[in-house]
Amino acid sequence: MRRTLVIAVRLSLLTLVVTGVVYPLLVTAAAQLLFPRQAHGSLVTDDDGTVVGAAPIGQRFTAPGYLHGRPSAAGAQGYDAMASSGSNLGPSSLALRERMTAEHTRLRALNPQQPLAVPVELVSASASGLDPHLSPEAARWQAPRIAAARGVTLARVLAVIDANVESPDLGLLGEPRVNVLRTNLALDRTFDGHGVGSVLAR
Amino acid sequence: MTTRGWIEIAAFVLVMVVLVRPLGRYLWHVFERERPPAVRALGWLERALLRGGGLVDARGQSAREYGGAVLAFGFVGVIVTHALLRLQSLLPPDPGHAAVPPLLAFDTAVSFTTNTNWQAYAGESTMSYGAQMLALTWQNFVSAATGFGVMLAFARGLTRRADDDATVGNFWVDLVRALVYVLLPLSLAFALVLVSQGVIQCFAPPLQLATLEPGTQTIALGPVASQEAIKLIGVNGGGFFNANSAHPFENPTPLSDFLQCVAILLLPAALTHTYGCMTGNPRQGWVLLVAMTLLLLAGVAAVYAAEAAGNPAAALPGVAAGPNLEGKEVRFGLAGSALFATITTDASCGAVNGMHDSFTPLGGLVLLLDIMLGEVVFGGVGVGLVGMLVLALLTVFVAGLMVGRTPEYLGKKIEPREMKLAMLYLLTVPLVLLVLAAIAAVGPWGTAPLGNAGPHGLSEILYAYASASGNNGSAFAGLAADTPFYDLTLALAMLVGRFALVVPVLAIAASMRRKTPVPPGPGTLPTDGGSFLAVLLAVVLVVGALTFFPVLCLGPIVEHFTVAAGRFF
Repeated sequence: MRRTLVIAVRLSLLTLVVTGVVYPLLVTAAAQLLFPRQAHGSLVTDDDGTVVGAAPIGQRFTAPGYLHGRPSAAGAQGYDAMASSGSNLGPSSLALRERMTAEHTRLRALNPQQPLAVPVELVSASASGLDPHLSPEAARWQAPRIAAARGVTLARVLAVIDANVESPDLGLLGEPRVNVLRTNLALDRTFDGHGVGSVLAR
Repeated sequence: MTTRGWIEIAAFVLVMVVLVRPLGRYLWHVFERERPPAVRALGWLERALLRGGGLVDARGQSAREYGGAVLAFGFVGVIVTHALLRLQSLLPPDPGHAAVPPLLAFDTAVSFTTNTNWQAYAGESTMSYGAQMLALTWQNFVSAATGFGVMLAFARGLTRRADDDATVGNFWVDLVRALVYVLLPLSLAFALVLVSQGVIQCFAPPLQLATLEPGTQTIALGPVASQEAIKLIGVNGGGFFNANSAHPFENPTPLSDFLQCVAILLLPAALTHTYGCMTGNPRQGWVLLVAMTLLLLAGVAAVYAAEAAGNPAAALPGVAAGPNLEGKEVRFGLAGSALFATITTDASCGAVNGMHDSFTPLGGLVLLLDIMLGEVVFGGVGVGLVGMLVLALLTVFVAGLMVGRTPEYLGKKIEPREMKLAMLYLLTVPLVLLVLAAIAAVGPWGTAPLGNAGPHGLSEILYAYASASGNNGSAFAGLAADTPFYDLTLALAMLVGRFALVVPVLAIAASMRRKTPVPPGPGTLPTDGGSFLAVLLAVVLVVGALTFFPVLCLGPIVEHFTVAAGRFF
């Protein structure tokens, strides 16, 4: 018994060093060497080279001239990348029902130009609270508002959105999707030149 | 549901099944034969670890000695992990974080040592990089390696011919080989694949940046890929971040998601073939794989259909009808979400790419049932196969009763002693699960932390104890489980689900080890064919599903009907 415990302690400490220290350091070294951009969060810069976000991490957008991501339960304001979380509200939850109703009312008021029903995705909070994507349908649904806010034609906004649709991986996995941050950068670039988007937001 | 969704599911099964034979054979060679030439270069690490452990001439152990080693290693693991979490303010490379509170540290130490990886904390706000690497990544590796050991000892007990020494292998040797030849190389490679997809791996502090729209965002970073890889390959499931594999830094693309699904089932599936090789008749393993795969597919189809039907809370005038997307990520799609959820609950992984609490009542029911089947549909590394083999023993026993013959498995007679131990194994988890859930359901200690009211609240309690006792680790995460009551009772359920089950398993191994195989007679049920498969499936479903049917009626089933009638809570 005593001998067994001694072996257990010795092997615990040895495996702790191998799997808890050497292994993560090896992975880090190899990752920094092979994929340095991804290893640091796939950061996105604007035309000036200023970092404006991480491509995989959703941001909060409220200006009418930008695409808005899905409702987020991460942090009090949403899209808090230090507090990833879903709402964890069940399908029979009154709180969920009320939140979805309120979200629907808000979206209706914000998008008077759009006659179609609100896509269910836009009243549903993501799992991480940091979902960087929208489906192409949910992005196009917001296009009339963006066109009105920016004073451009609907067709030109739709063209920017369509140019930013990413296909399923290997043509097979997942769904077509639009990265909200990248598309908003593209909108600024196409219509306003640099910085005007920021002015819009104020 | 879409055609592409179904193709994605079919592609997953194809990839998984194709990998079973080569990997299963590789594992057989690693543990039971000569090391394959390709990995002999790693021999120095195996020898160094064994020498460092004081095991220069490791001899075979009896099942009792083997079990003692498993328990001793688990005991030391809990203590060291607990100590590391308590001392995280001192750990490199980022000292200064507040120590994890004592009860939470205990709950977490038990959780990771038992391969459950239940998380009553949010990784990005509670754990330092040092604690994630040292305490959690380490236990991700060794708890999975321990699972290999339990399975190997059990299989050796069933398959080795009776002889004088009655040994079932050496736990320390199995542990070291599982780490050196299997878990470390696979994780190293998989971690880099994940980084290529956008999983982060760095030691930089959280990044503050000015967002496109005026404002700031602080983004949690860390050594994620190294932990992510073993989290899935070891069927552990403990995420670096609170949102687990739904977090874009843990699982950034549909391709990374697909590969994570493959990684979860890789070893549990391959071990069925390893077992087949150990019996000398690979068909013995294929039958088990087919049974597991059929149960998996039934679950995926049910979840996919239930989620496609939509969330009752979203059935509002002016909102377009659509699938249930609350708690799901756009990039995975509905098929990817249903596939991952079913895999992670069938295997006792517990990683999630969507929030199970927000699944539809019937989708959530299937996930709960997946766990309640006893984590035998693939299950954890090694231990899942052991659970399925115990049910196989029960199956031949039931079939033997039907034809009035002494049942036998692999030529060895199944006698009352083995059946008593098998029943002990099968009844322990339901007993602990239901009693603890009942205690939680009747007072504020259990109901105050609930995130949802009504029948869904009961589902949260049930899911918590099923997940803990099944060593799964996923949650209906609305339950705020870091309370003294939940920390302690869930830790108890996790310990029972892991270590209390090792005892009857190795006792069966010991008594089967001593039996001499007899040649099959006319009353023998062949355990490598279709009729055995059918009876096995029936036994799995009857034992698992019927035990829990009454309580499932009170939770998800009543929720399904009340919410269909327009009642919200």
